[in-house]
Amino acid sequence: MKIKIPGILTVGVLVLAAAVIAGVSQYRSTPPDSINPAPLPVAKKSDSASSSSGKDVKTPVTFHPPSEQDMPRDEFGKTIQLGKDIFDHTERYAREYVGTASNLRCSSCHLDAGRLAHSAPLWGAYVSYPAYRSKNKHVNTFPERVQGCFKYSMNGKAPPLGDPILVALESYSYWLASGAPINPKIPGRGYPKLPKPALPPDYARGQQVFEQHCALCHGADGAGQMDANGKRGFPALWGAKSFNWGAGMGSIKNASGFIKANMPLGLGGTLSDQQAWDVATFMDSHERPQDPRYKDSIAATRAQYHDSPDDMYGQTVNGHVLGQGTSSAKPEAVQ
Amino acid sequence: MKPILGALFFFGFIAIKAVFADGASIALSGNTRGVPACVTCHGASGAGGVANGFPRLSGLNADYLQTQLDAFANGQRRNAMMTPIAQILTPEERAALARYYSELTIPTNPFPTNPSPPPSPETPGAQLALKGRWSNGLPACVQCHGATGAGVGRTFPALAGQSALYIENQLHAWQQGTRAPGPMGLMKLIASKLSQAEIKSVAAYFAALPPELGEKGSTP
Repeated sequence: MKIKIPGILTVGVLVLAAAVIAGVSQYRSTPPDSINPAPLPVAKKSDSASSSSGKDVKTPVTFHPPSEQDMPRDEFGKTIQLGKDIFDHTERYAREYVGTASNLRCSSCHLDAGRLAHSAPLWGAYVSYPAYRSKNKHVNTFPERVQGCFKYSMNGKAPPLGDPILVALESYSYWLASGAPINPKIPGRGYPKLPKPALPPDYARGQQVFEQHCALCHGADGAGQMDANGKRGFPALWGAKSFNWGAGMGSIKNASGFIKANMPLGLGGTLSDQQAWDVATFMDSHERPQDPRYKDSIAATRAQYHDSPDDMYGQTVNGHVLGQGTSSAKPEAVQ
Repeated sequence: MKPILGALFFFGFIAIKAVFADGASIALSGNTRGVPACVTCHGASGAGGVANGFPRLSGLNADYLQTQLDAFANGQRRNAMMTPIAQILTPEERAALARYYSELTIPTNPFPTNPSPPPSPETPGAQLALKGRWSNGLPACVQCHGATGAGVGRTFPALAGQSALYIENQLHAWQQGTRAPGPMGLMKLIASKLSQAEIKSVAAYFAALPPELGEKGSTP
């Protein structure tokens, strides 16, 4: 089947990490696996998008967050450490706000405990707020931005402003940003903005990419995997335990940038831009928990919050109108 | 009449044995085609042998174990001991053995001689296990093998409570190309980024972790 992504995708001319480039060269020396053969995801020369990105986008990341040994050992340091613990084990340290609403952690999308450039590092976010966001049409402070992560990306509840959990996350972010300039364009912030792909993003091609490069960890049904003790392992990409329809990762553009730079884990930069767009389209064309801002109807909610060619909410895929949400009462493979 | 009946029973039994391979029987006493008893090296409880680097098998994922036996049999994974044994085993016997060991209870302290107490979280191995080295594109081991090294699914085996020497040997095998690179070449790539000292340290870290930390099936 085919999905039309209408309109022209607005594409920033931007940066890919040096790490991404390094990832490609490291991976090329790796022979294909012979136990579970999967085609090597070597970027194609003919992929104009990625060949042009090879030179232009490699703006080096100049900021490096402080090393963990240098974390203050005083009272402030305790709060910083709590922020890091929440980040790595969200289900334990922020249980009251995330519970088992999803099987994600902060570090599912912000790799290396929020340190990694081009994986929405906390230091990049910290120096970018307050900022006006078209998402809610007002100036957001940093804590308010973090509330959004809880509400949408974790499919949980937002801690109130001033809550110790938000204070700890802000403290950790502030400390990671030590020495960084106030600069919403700091290199490495957010996810890379990929150039528009040569071909319109396609669900069927994306499914192939998913099966070859993603299903091993995230499961053939996209539900993620728990470890042998029943603890969180790999995050759910869609379904009842994933981020909800209001999350930034529901934007195909955002998701493609994250995927290109960071996925599969340890093999960032090995998918072509086209593959990243295709598989992001596939992922975001599945049902997930309802947008908490839902009002009146799917069509009305799309018009108000999802009116973008990068957003599948309200679109019809395989005869299913997306945006119906998932029933939490339904028993799930992943808890 | 009686001998014929007896023969019928006998051959019927053989036929049933051939169809329903008995993992426990092979594990405990081998088979008549030259497969030695697994317990000789892997121990009565499947805990393995720390001095020789024989791995713990008990409690590992059945699909994972079967994939490894199949890989020994078809040459994708090479080992002087295991290759000939796996080649004698029929596919059904390999599946039965994998099932048998996956269902064995994990010994609480499989390797009393593994480093104890667990190495400090400041060792290079603990850092690699828990954080990785992202400046080098190296994910943390626990990101795929589970937060406590308990293993995830059929692809990412348990590392906690595994023989340290066995873990070291596997990382060396990936470096030297004597073990297939694993799904998407991940483990070969990862091993290629580790120094000998790091391999020793990370193996010691996981070997010293209790094989089962969490309560099974509890909410995360």
